[in-house]
Amino acid sequence: MLQVTNSPFQQDQADLLNRLLPTLTEGQKIWLSGYLAAHMAAGAPAGAAVPAASVPDAIAPAAAREATVLFGSQTGNGQKLAKKLAGRLTDQGVQVTLSSMIDFKPNTLKKVQNLLILVSTHGEGDPPDNAISFYEFLYSKRAPQLEGMPFSVLALGDTSYEFFCKTGKDFDERLAELGGKRLAPRVDCDVDYEEAAESWMASVLASLGQASAAALAPVAVTAAAPAGPSSDYSRSRPFQAAVLENLNLNGRGSDRETRHLELSLEDSGLRYEPGDSLGVYPQNHPRLVDELIEAMGWQADELVALPKSAEQCPLREALTSHYEITVLTKPLIEQLAALVPGNGLGELLAAGREQELRAYVKDRDLLDLARDYEWQGVSANAFVALLRKIPARLYSIASSPSAYPDEVHLTIRKVDYEALGRVRYGVCSTYVAERLEPGQTLPVFVQENPNFKLPSDPGTPIIMIGPGTGVAPFRAFLGEREELGAEGKSWLFYGDQHFSTDFLYQVEWQRWLKDGVLTQMDVAFSRDTAEKVYVQHRMLEKSKELYQWLEQGAAVYVCGDEKKMAHDVQAALLTILQREGGLSEADATAYLAKMQQEKRYQRDVY
Amino acid sequence: MSDNNLLSPNSAPHSDVEDIKKRSDYLRGTLEESLKDRITGSISEDDNRLMKFHGSYMQDDRDVRNERSKQKLEPAYQFMVRVRAAGGVVSPEQWLMMDRIAQRHANGTIRLTTRQSFQLHGVIKWNMKTVIQEVNEELLSTLAACGDVNRNVMCNPNPYQSEVHEQVNEWAQKVSRHLEPHTRAYHEIWLDEEKVADSRDGEEQEPIYGAVYLPRKFKIGIAVPPANEVDVFSQDLGFIAIHEEGRLLGFNVAVGGGMGMTHGDSKTYPQVARTIGFVTPEQIVDVAEKTVTIQRDYGDRAVRKHARFKYTIDDRGIEWFIEELQQRLGWKLQETRSYHFEHNGDRYGWVKGSNNKWHYTLFIQNGRVKDEEGYLLMSGLREIAKAHTGDFRLTPNQNLIIGGVTAQKKKKIAQLIETYGLTDGAAYSALRRNSMACVAFPTCGLAMAESERYLPTLIDKLEAVLDEAGLRDDEIVIRMTGCPNGCARPALAEISFIGKAPGKYNLYLGGGFAGQRLNKLYRENIGETEILAELGPILNRYAREREDGEHFGDFCIRAGYVKEVRSGLDFHD
Repeated sequence: MLQVTNSPFQQDQADLLNRLLPTLTEGQKIWLSGYLAAHMAAGAPAGAAVPAASVPDAIAPAAAREATVLFGSQTGNGQKLAKKLAGRLTDQGVQVTLSSMIDFKPNTLKKVQNLLILVSTHGEGDPPDNAISFYEFLYSKRAPQLEGMPFSVLALGDTSYEFFCKTGKDFDERLAELGGKRLAPRVDCDVDYEEAAESWMASVLASLGQASAAALAPVAVTAAAPAGPSSDYSRSRPFQAAVLENLNLNGRGSDRETRHLELSLEDSGLRYEPGDSLGVYPQNHPRLVDELIEAMGWQADELVALPKSAEQCPLREALTSHYEITVLTKPLIEQLAALVPGNGLGELLAAGREQELRAYVKDRDLLDLARDYEWQGVSANAFVALLRKIPARLYSIASSPSAYPDEVHLTIRKVDYEALGRVRYGVCSTYVAERLEPGQTLPVFVQENPNFKLPSDPGTPIIMIGPGTGVAPFRAFLGEREELGAEGKSWLFYGDQHFSTDFLYQVEWQRWLKDGVLTQMDVAFSRDTAEKVYVQHRMLEKSKELYQWLEQGAAVYVCGDEKKMAHDVQAALLTILQREGGLSEADATAYLAKMQQEKRYQRDVY
Repeated sequence: MSDNNLLSPNSAPHSDVEDIKKRSDYLRGTLEESLKDRITGSISEDDNRLMKFHGSYMQDDRDVRNERSKQKLEPAYQFMVRVRAAGGVVSPEQWLMMDRIAQRHANGTIRLTTRQSFQLHGVIKWNMKTVIQEVNEELLSTLAACGDVNRNVMCNPNPYQSEVHEQVNEWAQKVSRHLEPHTRAYHEIWLDEEKVADSRDGEEQEPIYGAVYLPRKFKIGIAVPPANEVDVFSQDLGFIAIHEEGRLLGFNVAVGGGMGMTHGDSKTYPQVARTIGFVTPEQIVDVAEKTVTIQRDYGDRAVRKHARFKYTIDDRGIEWFIEELQQRLGWKLQETRSYHFEHNGDRYGWVKGSNNKWHYTLFIQNGRVKDEEGYLLMSGLREIAKAHTGDFRLTPNQNLIIGGVTAQKKKKIAQLIETYGLTDGAAYSALRRNSMACVAFPTCGLAMAESERYLPTLIDKLEAVLDEAGLRDDEIVIRMTGCPNGCARPALAEISFIGKAPGKYNLYLGGGFAGQRLNKLYRENIGETEILAELGPILNRYAREREDGEHFGDFCIRAGYVKEVRSGLDFHD
């Protein structure tokens, strides 16, 4: 649907178009777009004057026969949406260049006619791995002036992070600074991105589509996308996977609890590859739900609306399975403050108190909010309508589909900790650890991750660095290589707290080592010795050999904690390149960047 | 003789363990590499065979074996470390060292063994080197505490005859030292001593043992009558001290004893050693060496279950052995002297030795030194060790003697004993004071049933029977093992239990009170209810019908519950 917010039209125009467009046949649409394009090219108004500048940031493209779709994506959502957009543009006769940012040659940027960017934000407002080089290029002195170049940005993010959609915002701002013109306003997407993304695509298509009908036949997409999962099940329609096995991988006496979950995908049609993730919809902790209902003075069985739906269900069920209640965000606080003026919450939003607000939302959930402020008389329905739909959690898949057909395995570490006088539970991990029994089902979908894939050549050596639950995808990698009979060497770095209790999948690695599927393995257990040892220390100990592997073309994979581990591992790789390869710091960085471009340095970090 | 080493009496091919020893380059194998492997807490099976010679072997916590397997974790591998002290005599400093490494690197307990050694349990691979180094720094060793060599030489710790004990103990030390392996492997692997290329082979490098060592373990013990705590008849080679008014005259020699057998294999059996003559003190080292070499050359290297010295002797006859021994010695044994054993248990509490020093024997249930709620045994002994100037003596019954206490120190030690409530067992039944159990679950890989963790509760229940029968203060020797290998010398007890399956035991009766006679199977594969139902009436009848001074084991034979066993060859009849 065209709206004022997602198109350059005024309300009455949008209404007219919305009435007209659905009635058009394909042929009529093509004729019309050609007609409009021809008029544009001739500098004559097509019929009535089009007030193209009525939305200041949006312009109508001059001749939209070509468009470049660039994505920067860690989990694959951005890439998936980019493919979808490319497909639709192609259908409209636009010649599309679809590319990951890392594969895009920046020196061709000036020739781009329409630039469409889909990018996620990672960690503390950082670009995803495959966006870093392009991002840095745009902010560097080498960035060209892009006078009048039409562009638009779709930003993917999560409102529970402070730097929500920062990378998308940065691209949007920078492209405008360089002289670009927004052909459609930027749209920022939350975890539940599908609807917002659809509306952005619609406005992009509307802007571009008008100019492209002159093309006689659709042109193939330059970068052909492989067929996605052929299943009926998706993020918006998850498959109810039966739990086959759910066990704790940590031995008695461990401080950790890590669940190994085996799920059945039988009859789902869901397909995945090693490196992909599985999206899981969890349930909130029943105690938290009950305490929240009590604190708010609601009734557990009163009916409330489901997220973005006219359907209703009892409050307890809605809060358990449908709404997010464990995360506070600034937008939510703003909306709640508007809903109940005068209970003091609004004051937290006052200018100068940003720090305080940040601190308040950081470790708190809705129950804290319910207890800290006065909510008397606020109806459950009104309150709940402001909540986000419970977001799916993504876990790197721990099984090879060749080794376990019709199954998918996950490795999930239970998170619980005490803060502000209460035990806080990781929603999904606690659900899996405490309340999910074999025989029950779990709503899941496959999340492709094209940026974490085994080398296409099974002979390529692989180096896998995955401490803790970061080891999960490597169980899938080795399972796959075993099934394929791959000849390539492999090297796994693993670490955790204690050897005796925290060596996840120990006997499987031992078997793979014995059978030669895994060539070598180094482990670091940080709490077994006086001095804490981590994977990067083991890498540095094997510096020489590791460099040889890199020189032999090995692909490096890093999975796990981003803040500490992935950062330290990258520093170790740079040190090794300098120490063993005699490279300068800059050259080492370039070496790694090149590896990244060649897809020989891939990360799945969180 | 090097080839002769590998011949077995029945000329069958030698066992795989013989290959491992032969390949090992004098006990080195690939132990160093195994210890460095960070992917597993285990060592290879071959290396574990060799590890025994170094005084340790791999175990796993059997309590968690199944759950770990489900969790995709390897078994909770850990090592038992046995620390050897000939005659079981150690200094307070050595005690404190054991205490320290038990706390830091093992499961926080010390196990005193039936062969007067220390055992640590639960040492993980990464700590093995530290543990062995610390043991050696205090001048103790683990070398040859296990394996196919002469084991810890046992010696009567008897404080009654202090001068004789002192002399006998010196001979025990000499025999022990003489029979130590000569390989440098131990020092290279554990003590970081430099590797010296040694091209010598066989007896040049290992003068007594040769390149493949013995066919099986070899045990030596020395008793000082009238006490037979060392169970001299359970030894491969036993010496019985003959003394007169505090003067050591020499030793009777007894050969061919041994406890181990295998359930369901009647070719295996426990045996009591037979006395073959008398030697002077100066001769015993020679006798020990020649006896060991005879077993080295004639022991069965094909079937390990049949490789103990007792089978070599029973297969070839005691006369053959005496002749072979005398030939190797080049002289003849004198006639056996008369002696008399009264008991094989310990005498508890304070006694004054003939050297004016005091000795206190503590009762330690099944040899386990640990702190428990309400009984801080380990802490108490630590404080005593800090104050003590004498020695500690581990008894063959897994108890501990605080030995050589001067008159001045006695008050202080007695005070500490009282402060920590350490017990001489006087408050317990005499049955409990004469009880012994092996380790078994959860660490011992051979255990078929519980032992150390179960015997105390079984005794609780038997004590009710004893109280009723009025036998609380009557000494009856009771022993339990989790398998038939015999670590607690069960075949010599008046009442004994050998594990068959979880909760199931064979019940044996009729052993000699002084350790002079084997017992006999009375009931097979029974659980606790049946055990109590069987023993209750026998104990009651014993209380009513025993003759003056008659021991329970003797009564069981006289009353016809079991037949007397005169030789291990009759054990299964």
